[in-house]
Amino acid sequence: MSSPQPTAITVIRPKKLFHLKDLKEIWVYRELLYFFSWRDLKVRYKQTMIGALWAIIQPFVAMVIFSVFFGGLAKIPSDNVPYPIFVYTGLLFWQLFSDSLSEVSGALIANQAIITKVYFPRLIIPITTVITKFVDFSIASIILAGMMFYYHITPSWQAIIVIPILLIITAMCAEGLGLFLAAINVKYRDVRYILPYFIQLLIFITPVIYPGSIAGHYSKFLALNPMTGVVNNARAVLLGTAQVNWLQIGISVVGCAVLLFIGVYMFKKVERYFADVV
Amino acid sequence: MNPIIEVKGVGKKYLINHERGRYVALRDVLAGIIKKPFAFLAKKARQVTGMESREDFWALRNVSFDVQKGEVIGIIGRNGAGKSTLLKILSQITPPTEGEIILRGRVGSLLEVGTGFHPELTGRENIFLNGAILGMKRTEIAKKFDRIVEFAGVDRFLDTPVKRYSSGMYVRLAFSVAAHMEPDILIVDEVLAVGDAEFQKKCLGKMQEVTQKEGRTILFVSHNMAAVERLCKKTIWLEGGTIKQIGETKEIIDAYLNGQPIIGGKEATEKLANRADKKGPHFKGIDVSAIGGGPVKSDSRLHFKLEYANDTKGDIIDPQINIIVTDELTQKRVLFIDSAISAETLGEHIPSHGTIICETAPINLKAGRYSITVWLIAAGSNRDVLENIVQFEVTTTDIEKFNFRLQPGKDFPSNIISYTFKNK
Repeated sequence: MSSPQPTAITVIRPKKLFHLKDLKEIWVYRELLYFFSWRDLKVRYKQTMIGALWAIIQPFVAMVIFSVFFGGLAKIPSDNVPYPIFVYTGLLFWQLFSDSLSEVSGALIANQAIITKVYFPRLIIPITTVITKFVDFSIASIILAGMMFYYHITPSWQAIIVIPILLIITAMCAEGLGLFLAAINVKYRDVRYILPYFIQLLIFITPVIYPGSIAGHYSKFLALNPMTGVVNNARAVLLGTAQVNWLQIGISVVGCAVLLFIGVYMFKKVERYFADVV
Repeated sequence: MNPIIEVKGVGKKYLINHERGRYVALRDVLAGIIKKPFAFLAKKARQVTGMESREDFWALRNVSFDVQKGEVIGIIGRNGAGKSTLLKILSQITPPTEGEIILRGRVGSLLEVGTGFHPELTGRENIFLNGAILGMKRTEIAKKFDRIVEFAGVDRFLDTPVKRYSSGMYVRLAFSVAAHMEPDILIVDEVLAVGDAEFQKKCLGKMQEVTQKEGRTILFVSHNMAAVERLCKKTIWLEGGTIKQIGETKEIIDAYLNGQPIIGGKEATEKLANRADKKGPHFKGIDVSAIGGGPVKSDSRLHFKLEYANDTKGDIIDPQINIIVTDELTQKRVLFIDSAISAETLGEHIPSHGTIICETAPINLKAGRYSITVWLIAAGSNRDVLENIVQFEVTTTDIEKFNFRLQPGKDFPSNIISYTFKNK
């Protein structure tokens, strides 16, 4: 369908790379966005015994293991807050990023049956993916709230402004990088073998299991990673480990905007011949 | 009034190496560069400077036509004529390489029913999901929900995951959702190849009702000439990516059916006459036709005339002929005809030169393109093989007559038909 308006005129021409109309089209198809997200959430935990609890178990187990080895045995500093809550805050954002990234990069291939049969703006699919990851994030946040209560930590009022910004950065970052990889994945399926290692390595250049301050003057390089700003500032506002570093947030915003631009560009380029290749 | 569909000079180009896209591994590309860096550079340079003629393949070229509101247009043509490509462009799945199409209305395509059905979701959930994928609003689906369920006849299983549906129920539900979409322009591709005969009648009826009562425009692609003739006033005949003929359905279908239904026999016979290297038992000529002449239909009987010779010695001992019919689309063998297991075999020997006639029972093949391979075996060893020597096209699937139950995604059942062999 060209568009749900009955009298709409559709003109089909050789595809241009990018058009403002594309964004409008996604808005027209927003109901499909809802339905795809609903489908993914509904299907995900079918035939599992504990269902949505899985969204909590993963970061929780990681938190316990990291707390024992890095916090307890290796005695990695944690900016004067208990290590478990320190690492859990980092993991929460990290997992939103890494789960979104890996799923977005495989999204085109996973949905090829639909893509080669029906028309709709293709960007709907990767956007859906990130939306469903936000649901996991919300579920896993319950544990964080519980831990804050347990450790008597009150988040700063700035959290109301900063956390949404950080979430948007995370989403843009994962979406951008994911789209880029999705575009490559269409032709070179090597991506799906490399990506798990890539994500494992990325966690080490992001201050998830250690505080950003540990890096000394290398922390400048660390800041180039958009997720560094996200994790550091999330801790700053939620746990009061430091002041909000607006410069770092600014760098992250620029970084993820660039990533998103490259990602969408590559995606749009592949979109044109995708249905012919798979 | 402006036509509802305007197609102006549309073309679609594929790069041959893109076309049958098994995915490329990065490793192979890198290995290629490392092993032959100069060859790679030279190739790139030729591509950049345009000196290398790239392997272009125009699946569609210079296609132009207009469709007025309320018209039902049939699109026919052999496999590979560009029908599917045209529909894919019209439904915006793939963009054209050149040309322009203007669509004045909402387009719905039934390229394959059941697209987007999720096996884990229930019938009710899938109606909403599938409806949304096809472009319906939630309120619209809710309004039509009862009618969709009634048409599909699955009301008892609404809250069962569709993975537990029978394939018939699955298809009925999927078609029902699509049929209630009520687009201004409906694109239909071979949906009628699914479901049982009764349901197919219902679908045809629904389509007729949609066009006559509601004045909707339909583009209907099918190998089923009977259905095309019944539904469409005007028909487009595509061949080799261009429009071969466009006009009154009856006229076009007659022309189409009388154009070469069986190809390759004459050319093959000419070629076979010049084979000098064959001394032992070998084929000298082949001719395939439908008994009674004309195009091959699903219930046609085939007549094979195989000339053979043996230049070395006298009689051919223990002769055996195998005829294999392969579906060109799926590359599956659909018929296997063996003189050794025939009711009347060729006997223990046949003269050194002669002709073997084989006549089959109705072939029971669905519409599509098939190719024939013949084997000549003597005294238990293969003496001559003519691979894919003759191609033929089955032009109609008269499903009502056969009462087949075709299922989506499943192969046509293998056939066992009877045949007789005779040495003349």
